[in-house]
Parts: sequence; C-alpha cells; structure tokens
Amino acid sequence: MKFSFTSEQEEFRSILRRFLEGKSPTKEVRRLMETDGGWDRDAWKKINQEIGLTAVAIPEAYGGQGFGCSELCIVLEEAGRTVLCAPLFASTFAAYTILDAGDEAQKKALLPGIASGETVATVASTEESGNWDPESVRMTATAAGGGYKLDGVKSFVIDGHTADLIVVLARTAQGLSLFTVRGDAAGLQRKLLKTIDTTRKLAKLTFTAVDATPLGPVGGAAAPFARTLTRAAVCLANEMVGVAEKLRESALDYAKMRMQFGRPIASFQSMKHKQADMLVDVEMAKSAAYYAAAAVDDGDSDLPAIASLAKASASDAVLQTAIHTIQIHGGIGFTWDNDSHLWFKRAKSSEVMLGDAAYHRELMMRRWAA
Amino acid sequence: MTEINEASVRAEVRAWLETNWNPALGLVEWRNKLCDSGWGAPHWPKEWYGRDLPVGLVPVVDEEFARIGAVGVAKAGIRTLAAATILAHGSTLHKEKFLRRILTGEDTWCQLFSEPGSGSDLAGAVTRADLKGNKWVINGQKVWNTSAHKAHWGLLLARSDWDARKHKGLTYFIIDMKQPGVQVHPLKQMNGHASFNQVFFTDAIVEPEFMIENTGDGWTVATTTLMHERRGADGMRSLASGGGRQGRIYEEEKAEIATTMEPYKWYPQRAGRVDLVMGRARETGAIDDPVVRQEIAKLLIMSKSAEWTARRARTAQEQGRPQGPEGSLGKLIASHVARAAARVHTSITGAASLLSGEDGPLNGTIAEILISVPACSIAGGTDEIQRNIISERVLKMPKEPSVDAEKPFRDVPRNITSAAS
Ligand SMILES: Cc1cc2nc3c(=O)[nH]c(=O)nc-3n(C[C@H](O)[C@H](O)[C@H](O)COP(=O)(O)OP(=O)(O)OC[C@H]3O[C@@H](n4cnc5c(N)ncnc54)[C@H](O)[C@@H]3O)c2cc1C
Repeated sequence: MKFSFTSEQEEFRSILRRFLEGKSPTKEVRRLMETDGGWDRDAWKKINQEIGLTAVAIPEAYGGQGFGCSELCIVLEEAGRTVLCAPLFASTFAAYTILDAGDEAQKKALLPGIASGETVATVASTEESGNWDPESVRMTATAAGGGYKLDGVKSFVIDGHTADLIVVLARTAQGLSLFTVRGDAAGLQRKLLKTIDTTRKLAKLTFTAVDATPLGPVGGAAAPFARTLTRAAVCLANEMVGVAEKLRESALDYAKMRMQFGRPIASFQSMKHKQADMLVDVEMAKSAAYYAAAAVDDGDSDLPAIASLAKASASDAVLQTAIHTIQIHGGIGFTWDNDSHLWFKRAKSSEVMLGDAAYHRELMMRRWAA
Repeated sequence: MTEINEASVRAEVRAWLETNWNPALGLVEWRNKLCDSGWGAPHWPKEWYGRDLPVGLVPVVDEEFARIGAVGVAKAGIRTLAAATILAHGSTLHKEKFLRRILTGEDTWCQLFSEPGSGSDLAGAVTRADLKGNKWVINGQKVWNTSAHKAHWGLLLARSDWDARKHKGLTYFIIDMKQPGVQVHPLKQMNGHASFNQVFFTDAIVEPEFMIENTGDGWTVATTTLMHERRGADGMRSLASGGGRQGRIYEEEKAEIATTMEPYKWYPQRAGRVDLVMGRARETGAIDDPVVRQEIAKLLIMSKSAEWTARRARTAQEQGRPQGPEGSLGKLIASHVARAAARVHTSITGAASLLSGEDGPLNGTIAEILISVPACSIAGGTDEIQRNIISERVLKMPKEPSVDAEKPFRDVPRNITSAAS
C-alpha cells in the first residue's frame, strides 16, 4: 500500500493550515466555546464556500469534491490543531452514515446540503449508558401510518442541539435501523449538556413519538453502521493527532523560552527526555492514523482492526501529551488564560468519544485473535 | 508521671470531650477552649496550645473527635504552613500574636513565594524588601498565591540584598495583606475555580518585628515552610465535621467552609478522589469488567502503599528516629496516585466523565477530578523538582552544575524584566 502523502496532499495541507489558523485563532475558539451553540452558522457557511471542508470526501455525484478519506483526514487533523469550533466532525460522521446506509435517492437528497455546509448534520447512536457499541441501543422505532415514530433518549450527541438533520440509530422489530429526523421535529427535546470540553458541544435528545424517515432498509443498519463507525474512528484519530501535535509544539516552544535557575528549562535533561517521549508518542499515533486513512481508501479488508488500533493509539498519545504539556508549562499551564487547557479538554473528550482506548483494543483483538 | 499510650490518651480526650463538647457553642469560643486545653493541636508544645503528644498518637485524638462529632481547630490551608514555620522559627511575639488565631480560624493566611519569573526556582525571587527608616518597604509581584484574596496575613519571601548570592540575599516576612500597598487579583484556573491570585506590592509596609529570623535567612526559613507543604500533600477529604448533625457550631463551620475555606473546595478532587473509585465502579457495573478491575487494583495498591509509606515516616518520627528516604517521597507519590485515579475514573465512568455540574455523576465531581488533577504535579513544587530533591538530597547524586548560585544575584540572567536595581 502506498503510504505517504503526495505533493498535492502536502500542498492541500499547507493551504488548509494557513486558512484554519486564520479562521480559528484561540480568540475565536474562546468566543465560540462560551456560546450555547458552540459554532457560528454564518462563519461555517463561509468556510465551506471558501474551501469546502465537509465536501472533501463526499462524491461529486452528491455535491462533494470526491476525494478520499486521506484528504478528509488532513482536514480533520488541521482542524484538530486549531481546536476548530465547528460542526465538522458531526457532519462528517453523518455524511458517512448516509453514504454507507442510504439509498441512491436519499444520498441525492441529503448529501449536497451537508457538502455545502448548508445543512448541519449529526449522528445520534449512543444513549445515556455512554456505550458506543450499536448493540447497546435501546431506543425503539415503531411503524405508524406510513412512517415511523421514535421514542427514547440519546446522549453525547455531538452538536445535537444545533444540528438541522439528525441520523438516529434505533431498534425495530426487524433489528437495528437508521432514521433521519429534522432538528426541529415535533416531540424532540434537545438539551445542551454541560461538559468539560466546551470546544465541542454535546447534547441529550429526548424523543417522544417523533416522526422519522428510515435511512436505508429497516432492520438492515447493523452492517453499514459498523462500516461508518470504523471510518468515524479513523477520522477522529486523525483529528486527535492534530490536537496532540499542536500540544507538543506549544510545550516545546514554551520550554525553549522559559528560564529558571538562570537557564532555559529546555536545557534540563528531564525536560528534553519528556519532549523526546512526546515526539515518539505523537509520531507513532500519527503513523497509525495516517495508515488507517490510507487503509480506508485502499478498501483494506483488515480496516476495522486497523481503525481501532489507530483510535486506541491516538487516545493514549493525545492524553499523555496533554498531561505533559500542562506539566511543562508549570503554574501558568493550569490557568484559564493559557491556551493549553483548550487542547487538554479536547483531548479528554476525544479520548472517550466513540469508545476509549480499552474498548478499541478489545475490538482490535476480537479481529486479530479470532 | 504515668506512661502516655494509646489507651491513656483515648481515655483522657474522651473524658475531656464528654465534659466540654457542646454543639451550641460558637465556633471561635469552642476553638479557644481547644487552645486552652491543648486538645486542638495536641502534638504542639505545651506552652503553645498543645500537649507535646507524639505525632503518632494524634489520630487517636482525631478518632475521638469524630466519634462524638466535635469540631476541631482550623486546619486546612496555608495557615498550617504558617503555624509550622512560626513554631520552628518565629519569635515569642510571633507565637503570641498569631498561633491562637490560626487555630481558631479567625485569621486566614497565604504563601507569597512564587513569582512570574521564579516558580521552581523560588530562590530567584526579585520582589524587593528595602529597609527605609525602621520599616521594610516591599515592591514587586507574586503569583499563584492560593487564598491571597481571603488572607489577613502572608508568608513573604523577598530579596533584601542584591549583592549577595542568590540564596543568601532573601529575607522572610509576615506581611499584613489588608493594607493599601497590597493589591490582590484572582486568577481563573482551567477547572473554572479562582483560588489563586496575583499579588502586587507597591510600597507595602512590614514592621521590623514581623521579619522571621534575620535578614538573609529567608531561604532557610522558606525551606521549613516547603518541607511542611510537601509532607502535607495528601488529599484533603471532607472539611465538615458534623456529618449531618444539628447545632450552632456546625452552622458556623459550614459558613466558614463556604467563605474562608472556599478556595480549597476543589482540593480533594485534585488528589484524584481514590475514595470514590469503588463506589463508582459498583454503581456503573464497571466492577465486573476484568480490564477495569485490574486498573482499580493497581490504583488501590498504589494508594495503600502511599498511605503506608507516609505512616512509616510518621512512626519513625514519633519514635524520635530520623526519617528514612520514605519521608521525602510523599509529594511525588501523591501525583502518581492522582494521575492514576483520574485514569481509572475515566475508565469507570466513560463518556459520562465529561459531564460537569448537575449534568454529571456526583454533581460533576468526576469531571472536576479530570480537570483538577494536573495541579497536583505542579503546586507545592513540581514532580521534576521533587525528583531532583530525591536524587540529590536523598540519593546523594551529584548536583547539576549551577550557572547562577555562586555569583552576586544582580549578575544572574533572568527572563523577565524585574524590579532589580
Ligand atoms: C493550584 C496551585 C496552587 C498554588 N499555590 C501557591 C501558593 O499558594 N503560593 C505560592 O507561592 N505558589 C503557589 N503555586 C505555585 C507553584 O508552587 C509553582 O507553580 C510551581 O512551583 C512551579 O513553578 P512555575 O509555575 O514557575 O513553573 P516553572 O518553574 O517555570 O516550571 C516549568 C516546567 O519546568 C520544569 N523545571 C523547572 N526547573 C526544573 C529543573 N531544575 N529540572 C527539571 N525541570 C525543571 C518544571 O518541573 C515544569 O515542568 C501554586 C500552583 C498551583 C498550580
């Protein structure tokens, strides 16, 4: 398998880096994280008009740019670097779900809006148990008239309180099924959750006889949604290595500048070793994340295991890097005004999002030990 | 004289409490009784509100207080460091003026050591102390000073001699925080609390008798304060004594916790709350997950061993033997425990560990642990500094060559523009 970025991809990355650094300086992150919505609709539309973020991996037939997962992962990694406050991951997750599970007409109807940034979409699968295994889903969908009604509670829904379109995983008599629901549907109650990571909002959604449209065949969601979760894990792992690398760099910059005992703290061997360890952790996690993205594009049959490997590796690496980064900053690293905690908190929330490292190690072992 | 042992102490304190304890008393009134009887700080000297009790027997007294629900003296916070420093180095005047009001909780204290340019390198302080007429005049800035916004008094380390070497030019003062020359600005922390501060001095005054020891002794005195800070680095549990009991004194204690003790509200969380682990594991069912069980087991092994290491050190001390290396490890071990506990809480609680305030388990306590633990390995001397102390002072490994300790302080390179002359 080809496993390095092309010069076009490198060029794409450097354009994106400059673009996102301009759009998402920490001042803007701090402004948006204090709002209930967590992102700015006009700014998001504009970003998508100017450069197209959610469009990257959506096929051209559905209004996207038709690139692969590797390119999408470049977008996510760069977004992670700036802890971009935008419904990028949520919409990406939803777009993949629609691509994996929807029929042709549904893809044609739903994806162009997501690609343009006009429609903000998300996926509601996890419930209050916080369990990411689709088998744990309790929410029921019952046939009523010509359609379906949803009843139950979803939680940890990324941007769930602001999304226009929600893809919901529920149980029917035929088995696990996916549905689409409008954000403003009658009977849907949306509550912003208070969480430690305010750069990416989570919501609790309570459904009471909410009208829902099946996405793909009723009872047939298990296999396509498993594929979606695999790709979502790859995407998140790539975002996480962006977070981790930015943390690592900020710690290095600070260590070179900060003087104690009449010399830069970077000259203390314990600081050097910590930085070297961080570099090893982050580069290893990057390799796994990049490899997994390439495996998606190659249609690698081992993808589910590779995706879990990448997510587990990124979870451990980003958290360890975040802990070291605050430590290297000393007292100032523990303050609100220093930016380290923005990345630390994104690291913490991504660590458990879509399942923590132990969960993914187990998924990997189920494949490889079978 | 009869022999002092666990049984005799227990009998004596129990009898005293049964006669004197009365939840209808005022908090300060009761604590004054504790000062007079010596039961509030029984390991302190007899002439200063104590009973010269061996440290190892103090838990017996605590148990008897807890049994009857009696409120103790004010213990939490920097005041304990102030007391330890004054007991070791203070003049009779200092002891008379400050010790009783520390125990009664009437005075609140802060520690004014760290500066923007000197944290790990505390001896690099550049806050100036100049003797003008017969008063000390203080100018400069301190930072990260816990509870300075509540404090009446501060433990101040300042530079009084710029021509002396770094560690020799410092002097230690007790400074009145409630004066116009002292400005305190709270700083918000990553966990949302604002318990530490920036403190600015503009011609602030210290009376000459409020210097501790002599000019140039500042580093030696500060070392005593730091030693006590690092020893006491285990997690505070609950501050309240009442356990739901009724009475005026409990109300007053609650009010104290909500006001002067407020900055310490999150301190139990920063130590990782190992005490919550088993309960959470049962509640969530994670107790049956073999992977999580292993992690919990590792944490409990670590925290039990930490507790016993501290106990070994105390026992040596109480038997009048010098502490072995075990006495220098507590601060570093506490960081390991806190970090491991944060990891275990994440494993147990999963996605819900992100939920804060009323949305989260235990009213957001788990989330607060995750964003408070990073302070543990920084406050009171970083883990790296603890490792340096252990390797150089305990293991006698060669010191790093110093670039700044041997020359006059005014010639030492520093990274911020300082108040230096
Ligand atoms: C919650 C909290 C409460 C606090 N309360 C108080 C208080 O009440 N009063 C007070 O005076 N201070 C207080 N502090 C300050 C605390 O003591 C300092 O933050 C700490 O000593 C580190 O100093 P610094 O922040 O300047 O970091 P720095 O000293 O700049 O350290 C930055 C990094 O460099 C490393 N480093 C520095 N020197 C060395 C070395 N020689 N070898 C290896 N590594 C090194 C450190 O370990 C750290 O990782 C508090 C801090 C916190 C977080």
